[in-house]
Amino acid sequence: MIRHLISAADLSRDDALLILDTAGELAQMADRPIRKLPTLRGRTVVNLFYEDSTRTRISFEAAAKRLSADVINFSAKGSSVAKGESLKDTALTLEAMGADAVVIRHQASGAPHRLTGWVRGSVVNAGDGTHEHPTQALLDAFTMRRRLGRLDGLRVAIVGDVLHSRVARSNVLLLHTLGADVTLVAPPTLLPVAVSAWPCDVSYDLSTVLPKTDVVMMLRVQAERMNAAYFPTVREYSRRYGLDAARMALLPDHAIVMHPGPMNRGVEIAAEVADSGRSTIVEQVANGVSVRMAVLYLLLGGADPGGADPGMGEALAGRAGAGEAGPGQFRAGWLSGKASEAAR
Amino acid sequence: MTGRELAGSGLAGRGTWLISGVRLAGGELADLILAGGRITETGTGLTAAGARVLDGAGLIALPGLVDLHTHLREPGREDAETVLTGTRAAAMGGYTAVHAMANTTPVADTAGVVEQIWRLGRQAGLCDVRPVGAVTSGLEGRQLAELGAMADSAAQVRIFSDDGRCVSDAMLMRRALEYVKAFGGVIAQHAQEPRLTDGAQLNEGEMSGLLGLTGWPAVAEEAIIARDCLLAAHVGAALHVCHVSTAGSVEIIRWAKSKGWRVTAEVTPHHLMLTDDLAANYDPVYKVNPPLRTAADVAALRAGLADGTIDCVATDHAPHPVEDKEAEWQVAAFGMTGLETALRVVHATMVETGLLDWTGVADRMSARPAAIGQLDGSSPTPSPALHGRPLEAGSPANLVLYDPAAHSVVDPAQHASRSRNTPFAGMELPGQVIATFLRGEPTVLDGKLAR
Repeated sequence: MIRHLISAADLSRDDALLILDTAGELAQMADRPIRKLPTLRGRTVVNLFYEDSTRTRISFEAAAKRLSADVINFSAKGSSVAKGESLKDTALTLEAMGADAVVIRHQASGAPHRLTGWVRGSVVNAGDGTHEHPTQALLDAFTMRRRLGRLDGLRVAIVGDVLHSRVARSNVLLLHTLGADVTLVAPPTLLPVAVSAWPCDVSYDLSTVLPKTDVVMMLRVQAERMNAAYFPTVREYSRRYGLDAARMALLPDHAIVMHPGPMNRGVEIAAEVADSGRSTIVEQVANGVSVRMAVLYLLLGGADPGGADPGMGEALAGRAGAGEAGPGQFRAGWLSGKASEAAR
Repeated sequence: MTGRELAGSGLAGRGTWLISGVRLAGGELADLILAGGRITETGTGLTAAGARVLDGAGLIALPGLVDLHTHLREPGREDAETVLTGTRAAAMGGYTAVHAMANTTPVADTAGVVEQIWRLGRQAGLCDVRPVGAVTSGLEGRQLAELGAMADSAAQVRIFSDDGRCVSDAMLMRRALEYVKAFGGVIAQHAQEPRLTDGAQLNEGEMSGLLGLTGWPAVAEEAIIARDCLLAAHVGAALHVCHVSTAGSVEIIRWAKSKGWRVTAEVTPHHLMLTDDLAANYDPVYKVNPPLRTAADVAALRAGLADGTIDCVATDHAPHPVEDKEAEWQVAAFGMTGLETALRVVHATMVETGLLDWTGVADRMSARPAAIGQLDGSSPTPSPALHGRPLEAGSPANLVLYDPAAHSVVDPAQHASRSRNTPFAGMELPGQVIATFLRGEPTVLDGKLAR
């Protein structure tokens, strides 16, 4: 297993499936009377958030706490990245506090990457600028597999502001790794100029794509894009690229509608679509906790049930203290079905 | 006494040097005698009683290099570089003249500031410092600075630039080009259309899309260059294009030159070697303005420099303190150091590839930049100090002795610059500057600063 999760491209097909399978087992735990596992007892997970994102922060916080980790929330929101303490000095502070994992949300693309050079613990990218948001892609893939039973060959349309979307980048990379066929749908202004090099198809016309789609993922549109002439008005955007009930009717019967949230109801997605039976939006939130538990567990606890992995996991296992149940020991107890069931 | 210095009683005074058996840029082996600040004799089997002798075996002699684009940071950012440390770096790189860009604090937009920088250069005595004057007051792009006053000052400014910012207002650019004709000036444009590069971080292409860094389109550079060539032609003025970075820019400049227009251009060593995929790890040492481009651009720039479309190599030496680079990409400063590696990078990218011979290197790194900066004695206005002259009797003794057989890994800790932001750190490059002479006096000897 990898040490950091910065990009969805860091994950091999086996890594990604292991995370999804592990998340599946952890999700079952949510139905038990006691939802907490002692797996990461004595470990410290820091949520380092430079951007306001309550939903992502509490999702990571819930995930870490259900694994019994100590959670420190470090909110640097409001502080400009250009002012105040440098990211490096903050990183060294967290390092001195013994952070075993740092979950970072930052407005600068690449900030988590930089962080890996300054801390010894695992770094988990919780969204960096317009770069990536790999745990979002994992929870999206998890949701698709749960709903539709497979990922291989699944036809996924990602619609909206691809240019500025970290969700789109991570999803394209992960879904490609997992064998899905992705089509990006957006006005040309909201696609990267070199998008032809991405492992996906591109369309400017939502209505022609929908009938051939199993999953449609709507991206949030920021109103500020209008000021930079990406599109003429919000209304025009909504007419051409929004998903309303009429457009939803073009989808095959089994198709689902996803949104990473927060939604602009009436802009990229109509209320009747968001609230329909096809919508997985609330489910995505619940799945987010399971997937993030799996990520923290695998990064910190190691993937090998016979003992800690030879890299960081071992060092961390040593640090956890001999009296505690080590991650390997415990894992054998609760994680029975080790074999990763292949995505069909 | 240095490793290569064989003998010398000192009786003839410190000013006389005999450099024996050096290969001149043209290829022939020769001895050179330097005395009284000039090359007094060239030939074979020369002797000079009492002269200090430097064994030039295996070395190439080039006329002292001239940089049209250096950021010395003084006044204002002495934590990054000073005129003293910057000219030490220049000497170590084989330079005998550098043009100090105007984006200091205060901005070099008045006769007072340019004279201050010029005097600091004279005091340091390592390299002639030729201040570049700002085109507009405070580099703000609103009102012309007092260009004539800077031209008439002791610093005798001939090149004007708002470098770091583009003179994007077409009317203002036209007026600047026209106005400096009165005193033989040239406007050096930093070509960057500001609206197309709002928040730009990295060449717009596959890498910027993948990394989620705001793209910096080639057209933002090319559109300004095309406009400025047309403006220069219209008013019959001289335009110099700073740090050309795209294949399209090379094409436009080639076209403008074919028309006979007075357009010159420079390319940086880093744009001759490095590409945008180096940004993959978000290390801001690769963050620079204009940005690193693609391999196709690098190939076009090399070809343009080889065929003379691009006149010269200019370093855009941009020192920054550690903390300004040890940050998120988006927050980190733009720029790279370059003075101490320029000749070696040109060696690797142009000579080892067969695109230029050493005569060509002497032309692109000394003669042509000296001509553009009006330091070669060819312009009607008297030049304060001659540079870029051929290595022959009567020329000022400005020269660099270079060992082309040497190879070493670039170690920023060894650099004379106050800053360490070199993108070539850890890279093995050919060559070594053995000695630099400024008007007959060594500034570098045996690969080390001589003073």
